[in-house]
Amino acid sequence: MIEKQVNQKAWFMVLPVFLLVAFSAIIPLMTVVNYAFQDTFGSNQFYWVGLDWFKEIIHSERFHDAFFRQVAFSAIILTIEIPLGVAIALAMPKKGWGVPVCLISMALPLLIPWNVVGTIWQIFARVDIGLLGHTLTQLGINYNYTQDPVAAWITIIVMDVWHWTSLVVLLSYAGLSSIPDVYYQAAKIDGASKISIFRYIQLPKMQRVLLIAVLLRFMDSFMIYTEPFVITGGGPGNSTTFMSIDLVKMAIGQFDLGPAAAMSLLYFLVILLLSWVFYTVMSNIGEESSNGGV
Amino acid sequence: MNLSWMAWTLPTAIFFITIFCILVTMTIWEYKSPGGDPRVGVLRFETTRGDRVFVSLLGSAFIHIIWLALFPSISLWCAFAIALIYVCAVFKWV
Repeated sequence: MIEKQVNQKAWFMVLPVFLLVAFSAIIPLMTVVNYAFQDTFGSNQFYWVGLDWFKEIIHSERFHDAFFRQVAFSAIILTIEIPLGVAIALAMPKKGWGVPVCLISMALPLLIPWNVVGTIWQIFARVDIGLLGHTLTQLGINYNYTQDPVAAWITIIVMDVWHWTSLVVLLSYAGLSSIPDVYYQAAKIDGASKISIFRYIQLPKMQRVLLIAVLLRFMDSFMIYTEPFVITGGGPGNSTTFMSIDLVKMAIGQFDLGPAAAMSLLYFLVILLLSWVFYTVMSNIGEESSNGGV
Repeated sequence: MNLSWMAWTLPTAIFFITIFCILVTMTIWEYKSPGGDPRVGVLRFETTRGDRVFVSLLGSAFIHIIWLALFPSISLWCAFAIALIYVCAVFKWV
């Protein structure tokens, strides 16, 4: 029997990544923690205020509103993009010339920078010159995303679905492509229906990639900034002011570094908690189905 | 190296030193008893020591936040005491 070698020196290989993460994430996060307990008027002078900023943010209506808007946005995005992405991946061809055509078409929205996506949709949805906005108005539909909060929400959601469903499609398609043909042959012999094939073969085999898709889409949608900022600027009123937009307004617009730091930490903890819950729940469902399923 | 831009204070420094000490202790514990002591607890899925530390730290942070939200005028040391009990419960049953 070959004995497994243990060499702890391999940890030194992690050192460059650790240093990179320290400079790009850990040290800035420590600074944010320090700022959250102090007040500043500039010139690098800080005054200890204790928990005042946390109390102010936790009890502020502005924070509650932005938080619920953010949760609602992420919930709507996940509810639409995940099933739609899986459905498109299932409908895509498995062989032939259609495969590269579909894959490239799907990858195109992902290649466009976020601010450009925002600008495209900002112009596309305008009532005066935009193809979508002008057409809807001509059809007699009352649509104006600069004045109507519902129209603003619909525009941002449709834009996000257009931009990011492709990611779910590509991940799901990768998961589907990894299923060996023997599974389908066995299902055919058993006379399994399309729904059964999806439920007992395709879905369990896609579990891992779907976990990544859900996590990526949740985290991205929960910290969305650029596109709504370009399209609506957080309006009309504050109806599309998500947490990240509110945070930037507070930190850069008002230069309230202390409250902004406290809000950042709360934001960070919520993302950490929800990501951990998603990861734990979905990886355990995956393990249960691989132990007791197909 | 001038670190004044990081606006260090004694309490925040103590906080980070504590986190660092916890990580060092976990590393030594893992070195002495490798494998992470996996077990299935009340959450009905397998957790290692690292998972339990993560759950403890995250849960403690939320205990403090909830305390601030519900009882802003009562000392946060009460929340700290609850968090300590919570950490012991996590290491015992999770």
